[in-house]
Amino acid sequence: MIRWLLLALGGALLGGIVHLATIIILPRTATHDAYSRLAPDAPVNTVAAVPAPTPESAPMPFMDPAFASAVCRYDLSQGPLKLSVPVSLAYTSVSFYTRYDVAYYAINDRAAGRRVVELDLMTADQHNQMPEDEEITAADRLIVESPTLTGLIAIRALAPEPGLMPMAQSAVAAAKCVRAEDPKPSR
Amino acid sequence: MRLLLGSLFALAVAAVVGLGATYFALTRGAAFGPLTIGSWTAWPKTGTVGADPYARASIARVGRLPTALGDGVAFTASTDDKGRLLDGRCDVVLAGVTPAARFWTITLYNTDGELVANSINRFGFTSQEIVRHADGSFEIAVTPRANPGNWLPSGGVERYVLVLRLYDTAVGVSTKAGREVPMPAVAVRGCP
Repeated sequence: MIRWLLLALGGALLGGIVHLATIIILPRTATHDAYSRLAPDAPVNTVAAVPAPTPESAPMPFMDPAFASAVCRYDLSQGPLKLSVPVSLAYTSVSFYTRYDVAYYAINDRAAGRRVVELDLMTADQHNQMPEDEEITAADRLIVESPTLTGLIAIRALAPEPGLMPMAQSAVAAAKCVRAEDPKPSR
Repeated sequence: MRLLLGSLFALAVAAVVGLGATYFALTRGAAFGPLTIGSWTAWPKTGTVGADPYARASIARVGRLPTALGDGVAFTASTDDKGRLLDGRCDVVLAGVTPAARFWTITLYNTDGELVANSINRFGFTSQEIVRHADGSFEIAVTPRANPGNWLPSGGVERYVLVLRLYDTAVGVSTKAGREVPMPAVAVRGCP
């Protein structure tokens, strides 16, 4: 009897390790996380509109139907990225996610304080390699450091009333995300 | 033989306990640092790089993008203030005010996070659409049938959740539940 109790206790302890391991590994093995759901319709380093959610179909669960949204799936291995998002009439936000859907930075139109939100996205290494003088000329641009090489930028504009949805959609559609060296915009 | 049986038993216990706990944690959407006000709960830390492994796992499993903290905070309610699960066949009234925010939206989803079909294609309200009382408070009727005032159709589904998202708000990781963060009360007015 004691022997089985000890075995059960040992099993339970091992179960605790199994539990922690599965929790930690799960995001890396998930095949239906937000990034994987959006990836087929979002070319790399280009802004792609995300269809509004309807009861029949939605690109992701728990999307806010009051927003027009677009994503830029980025890959920084070829160099930094420039992002510009025109501000809509109501509320515009730009959120940055890693490959595993962790939000690491977000900015809204008021925090940016301009008609166009302009950002440079780069890895910490690329930031360190930036020449000093270029940093001075780029001082008026916001620099965001991505913890991972790939990830998602979610660009969202609020339509405070359903009738304002086309306005929000056009603001989001005018967003650009291009390679920093690339002279021509990718959309 | 006894050794083999014993090891198999221990491994079986480990599998059941470990995977069971993982399943339980993920279906409950558990994460550290919840901010609970009335029947509303938010996990402000889930929208930051400091998101704990439970939050990361549940986000990956659900397949949603969390609301980043610099963007806003999302509060979810799946029960009324008395702890009863929200039923789309009942008349539920949300009454009160929200914490300070530039904009907020309230949306009704089924438990899978899908919008609920209804005759007027209304899935929620934004702070701008709401009709308020003279003192700034508001009432939203979540009912299956049309209702005067701010009517949010429940579509008659058995279970639903309400998500109140505050955008550009000071509510965040350091917020404590209290007078500065009033949330609308959720009350069942009648059930058929």
